[in-house]
Amino acid sequence: MSVTAGAPFRRGAPSFLSWIPTGRGTTLTIYIVKRLLWMIPVLFFVIVITFVLMHLAPGSPWDREGRQLSPQVVENLNIKYGLDKPLWQQFVIYVWGVIHFDFGDSLRQPGQHVSDLILVSWPYTFTLGAVTFILLVPIGIGLGVIAALRQNSLVDYTALGLATAAASTPNFVVGIFLIIIFALGMNKLTGGTFYFPTGGMPSPFNPFQVELIMPVITLGALPTAYIARLTRSSTLDTLRQDFVRTAWAKGLKARLVVVRHVLKNSLIPVVTALGPTFAFLITGSFITETLFSIPGIGRTFVSSIAARDYTVILGTTILFALLIALVNLVVDVLYVFIDPRVRLTE
Amino acid sequence: MGQTLLQIEDLHTQFFTSRGVVRAVDGVSLHIDAGETLGVVGESGCGKTITALSVLRLVPEPGKITSGRILFRGRDVTKMEDEEIRDFRGSDVAMIFQDPMTSLNPVTKVGFQIEEAMTAHNRFSASLAKTRVVELLKRVRVPAAETRVKDYPHQFSGGMRQRAMIAMGLANEPSLLIADEPTTALDVTVQAQIIQLMKQLNRELGTAMMLITHNMALVASLCQRVVVMYAGRIVEEGPVEQIFRSPQHPYTWSLLRSVPRVDEARKDRLVSIRGLPPDLTNPPPGCKFHPRCPFVVDRCRVEEPSLGEVALNQVARCWVLMRNVKEEDVAAAKASALSIEAAQKLKADAEAAAAEVDSVAGS
Repeated sequence: MSVTAGAPFRRGAPSFLSWIPTGRGTTLTIYIVKRLLWMIPVLFFVIVITFVLMHLAPGSPWDREGRQLSPQVVENLNIKYGLDKPLWQQFVIYVWGVIHFDFGDSLRQPGQHVSDLILVSWPYTFTLGAVTFILLVPIGIGLGVIAALRQNSLVDYTALGLATAAASTPNFVVGIFLIIIFALGMNKLTGGTFYFPTGGMPSPFNPFQVELIMPVITLGALPTAYIARLTRSSTLDTLRQDFVRTAWAKGLKARLVVVRHVLKNSLIPVVTALGPTFAFLITGSFITETLFSIPGIGRTFVSSIAARDYTVILGTTILFALLIALVNLVVDVLYVFIDPRVRLTE
Repeated sequence: MGQTLLQIEDLHTQFFTSRGVVRAVDGVSLHIDAGETLGVVGESGCGKTITALSVLRLVPEPGKITSGRILFRGRDVTKMEDEEIRDFRGSDVAMIFQDPMTSLNPVTKVGFQIEEAMTAHNRFSASLAKTRVVELLKRVRVPAAETRVKDYPHQFSGGMRQRAMIAMGLANEPSLLIADEPTTALDVTVQAQIIQLMKQLNRELGTAMMLITHNMALVASLCQRVVVMYAGRIVEEGPVEQIFRSPQHPYTWSLLRSVPRVDEARKDRLVSIRGLPPDLTNPPPGCKFHPRCPFVVDRCRVEEPSLGEVALNQVARCWVLMRNVKEEDVAAAKASALSIEAAQKLKADAEAAAAEVDSVAGS
């Protein structure tokens, strides 16, 4: 028997992919493709659960406060939107539509496609969430690392105090205080020089608009505090590890001990936590968006639930599920590069 | 006798805890000559490791060197500037730690961890450091060293990791290597390999070694001189054969009697030292060992003896000394010591009692 290059059987890869050269990159590609395919059943079950819960909840899209629609109108609406059919038929029709990227029409906003509603509102949310995230990462990690390196110093106590305050103040309180102080108070005091506008965002795609400042603080205070505290405790933990003592005993410069030996290890759990934090930020916050009149997807989602706007509920839920699944995939792939002990299994 | 490399004079290292001041190292003086291997033995918590960490000024918080001098080739380590002590660590004196499983950075390649020990100092150029990594791993008998340098610690076995640690310690050809229980975390066959390796390296390179251990067999096979520590103090010091043949301090005697031996018929019982080492925040008056000493006399309880010469090159801190103890007292001490069976019975009784307490508390 002789050993030949490109042996026909390789562990892991299915045989129909055997023409692909082996190597770390290929393993990674196959892994990513597999994970993407796995999202299909995940999304299917998300639809099943949402669909069932949604129809179990009392009420219907046609309920109105005050004067109700006449029974004849309700019946016609049901026929128009297919709500007169048995539930399983409605489900099959919906899933069939989703497969063709047709998420149906909004029940409460006649003539509006769900996909259009999402495409209009999500950019506001995404811009707000992304700007918050980009600021959160350096501030949260920076505060956490400095606090840990100067444990029990004034810097540490200040950072820890700020983080605890931010983590224990609800965001509607933060938002309202910001409005009172910076929008109303400053406006009166300075005659508008330091006025921060609160009335919605003129552009959904501009990350540098002054209107973003207060919503970003309101949305980001809590997750930043969370990341700072996680970074601090993880770094303190790593500082006590034997291998850090080894690094000092080698005679390394303090900066190298911290960067190469402490941070490289202590930031691994932080990266894990940043994934869900990012997903949380870009799926929108009802409170922040309502406080600052941002027409984002968080508001769309919550108001669609209240209005029993079935198609909008399903559409936004699918988007959120997809975003969370994608973010988790990105974090898992990042792990391969930051922690050599992690190997992808196919 | 070579020239003196390291001279520790009256070293005190204390830990300032909320429970009080722990005198971990309490007036230790010792010296190591160039090329010599010194064993430092004693139970856990007697100050061996803290003495070693003091030499590198790596005593963990809230510990502090409060007084004494540590002279390395005439330079006082305790008075060095930050940059001076940094360059001293790893290049003049290197240290190998007890647990190879946790002493290497898990997310950095082994080869690089050895390489950076060299690039941290100016003894080798960056390019030379890179090529030396493979050489060093070969020297500590890591097979397939050329490919192993690119591995991460989790791809190494425990013995291999300790070899990598030794390679890291030798990287800058230090004049003194401190090995803190280098074989404790390893299994017996690997222990033997590591001991063999260290013996060979000491012979080939002439690196002086300070071997910290509670393993008497290790001391016997590697060291020329031995220091016995108890409760932060040196209680006996002398050449290895002399100490093994005629220990004068009862603590040394007990330590030696507590080593199981395969080559000796089991006519003697294995001595376990009664009790625990003293609480170092509140050590007993007089000789620190007197509450556990089988040969205690009245004077031991009130007055602490100083280190006195008991034989050529051998000093001990004791009022009694083993040579003055009568045969029948030694026999009585041996008899009163717990046999293995008795110790096991005692342990089982204690566990049964603990289980009973648990069940009462649970109901």
